[in-house]
Amino acid sequence: MNKIISDIRETARQLLADGKVDVVIGYEKGSLPLKATPCFVHSAQEVDSLIWDETCENNLAAFVAKTPGKKAIVAKGCDSRALVVLLQENQLVRDDLYIIGVSCHGVIDQRKIGAEVGEILEASITDGKISVKGMEGDKEYLFAEVKDATCQTCRYPNPVIEDLHLGELIQVSQDVAAFADVAAMENKSESERQEYFKEQMSKCIRCYACRNACPLCYCQECFVDCNSPRWLTGGVDRAENLLFQAGRVLHLAGRCVDCGACSRACLQGVDIRALNRKMTKDVYEMYNHESGISEEGKPALNVYSANDPEEQFLVKE
Amino acid sequence: MKISKEKFGQALDALIAEYQIIAPVSDANGIAFKGVKSFSEVKQDYLNSKLPPKAFFFPQHEKLMSYKKEGKDVTVKSELKVENTVLFGIRPCDAKGMQLLDMVFKNDQYTDPYYYERREKAVIIGVACQKIAPTCFCSSFGISPAGSEGSDLFLIDLGDSYDVEVITEKGKALAARFEALSELTADEQALVEKVKRAETTSKVDVSTTTSKLDKMFNSPYWDSLQEKCIGCNVCSFSCPTCHCFDISEEVRKNEGTRVRTWDGCMAPLFTLHGSGHNPRDHKKARWRQRMMHKFNYFVHNNGSMSCVGCGRCIKSCPVNMDIRQVIDGANKAELVVE
Repeated sequence: MNKIISDIRETARQLLADGKVDVVIGYEKGSLPLKATPCFVHSAQEVDSLIWDETCENNLAAFVAKTPGKKAIVAKGCDSRALVVLLQENQLVRDDLYIIGVSCHGVIDQRKIGAEVGEILEASITDGKISVKGMEGDKEYLFAEVKDATCQTCRYPNPVIEDLHLGELIQVSQDVAAFADVAAMENKSESERQEYFKEQMSKCIRCYACRNACPLCYCQECFVDCNSPRWLTGGVDRAENLLFQAGRVLHLAGRCVDCGACSRACLQGVDIRALNRKMTKDVYEMYNHESGISEEGKPALNVYSANDPEEQFLVKE
Repeated sequence: MKISKEKFGQALDALIAEYQIIAPVSDANGIAFKGVKSFSEVKQDYLNSKLPPKAFFFPQHEKLMSYKKEGKDVTVKSELKVENTVLFGIRPCDAKGMQLLDMVFKNDQYTDPYYYERREKAVIIGVACQKIAPTCFCSSFGISPAGSEGSDLFLIDLGDSYDVEVITEKGKALAARFEALSELTADEQALVEKVKRAETTSKVDVSTTTSKLDKMFNSPYWDSLQEKCIGCNVCSFSCPTCHCFDISEEVRKNEGTRVRTWDGCMAPLFTLHGSGHNPRDHKKARWRQRMMHKFNYFVHNNGSMSCVGCGRCIKSCPVNMDIRQVIDGANKAELVVE
């Protein structure tokens, strides 16, 4: 067993045994190969189900506000950024939270593997190599080949807020700030982009897995569920789907921590992240703001400054 | 009896003038049931579609009627559109799922004309599973990967030809359009027998689940079960038997439509009353409802479980809630004395 897993278990055991927390939110082995599943450990006797590896793809920050009592959470870089935003927005009480930070090299893009080997029958991960037995054939991958797209552009593999750190700190290459993926989309012609998003939006079935997997979509009443006024019909077509997806992106402006949980949750493979990334880039360029990287800051759109360089926003008396 | 795939394809193509043909096709997103213009578009080697074929009878968003007010006159128009349809390539789990939906939409108390008229005008050509996925568990419910229940015509893939079995009168009428049906060879007969004996490797014991659930309404099992569920509707939308819906009015000025949209019991809004009261105000109550509906209430009302073991919800769940584990957990849960 690797050191991080044994440390997570030991930490959880002590926190629960000492009564410092009521529950530890972490991951356990899922029922499918290469799939971890969120787990809620309530007693020191149960801690041995906790794991940590490249299959821990959910953003556990999504569960924190909804879980009562004092809790510990196993947090990757992106989970920790979501926690920061939730704290900034007064959704969490810091004293009720114990953050077990783990360095994260990224998670596996199962969709990519599934597209090549079919349904995954068995899989194992050893020393950065992933051996997969699939219904359409077997294959061995280097982790880098099947790393989730989100993780390839990750700037914060180490938690930005934590009470304990596990694992060696990871160095980040500075190239990832370049938003090459967004630039590639921007360089397409308007009609190419239109075609792309038409296709993406026609796939959406409005199950709201993206919204519900998102740690920062916590509105008590989502605008899509509101019936007075009614922003959307229940119609599942390109136009309505775009209104939902675009509305969600706008609500996440300056807040999205680019964890990719929405894209991974999507059964239909809608490229939700393409919209979020563009917004993230715009916020970065216009406000020099990255969300959830320090407890001191505020989300970009929550700040009012009399020295705003864009004068037209200021009403002069 | 068998028919060569070439002849079968020609026969299906010849039906296009009279029927819309729905069949599995491969797109960027996997396998989907879609309208085809020729048998050549049909994907023949496939596990199953990502989304169930129920939408052809029970669309996700459907106009029931439209209305318009002019002065004192009100005109109301039915929006029901029905076409003769052939659904080709339906897997046994989904064919069984349609039978279960039939019980909901046509029973001794009520017939839903929207569902029923489409269903009446549809012929189901089932095709036995060539491969069985690790998430397939239909054998748990007495369904076989080569089961013909729910199909009008049932095919088994023999390589260059199909073994053809007529199941219903509708299937018989369609099979009459096929030419060049011939007898199976001894080898082919042996292959058919082998395919028919196939079972899913994954199975869950449901023999005591219904009676156990009778006593589990107040079980603490539901407390732990619901923790990781994020309350989206992907399990319901990808389920071949889930059928809950919402009816709403889409009105602009003097005209509007009444629409029916899929809904799902995992979403809090599903049971939210106009008063603000929500009888299922917690995920715990919602998960209990999901399990009770499928494995208890539906059994009491219709004599069958409302799960066909297709495994779609297992594959689609963002947090890996595995219904097989949930059933197993219920089977093993300790009962509280009330």
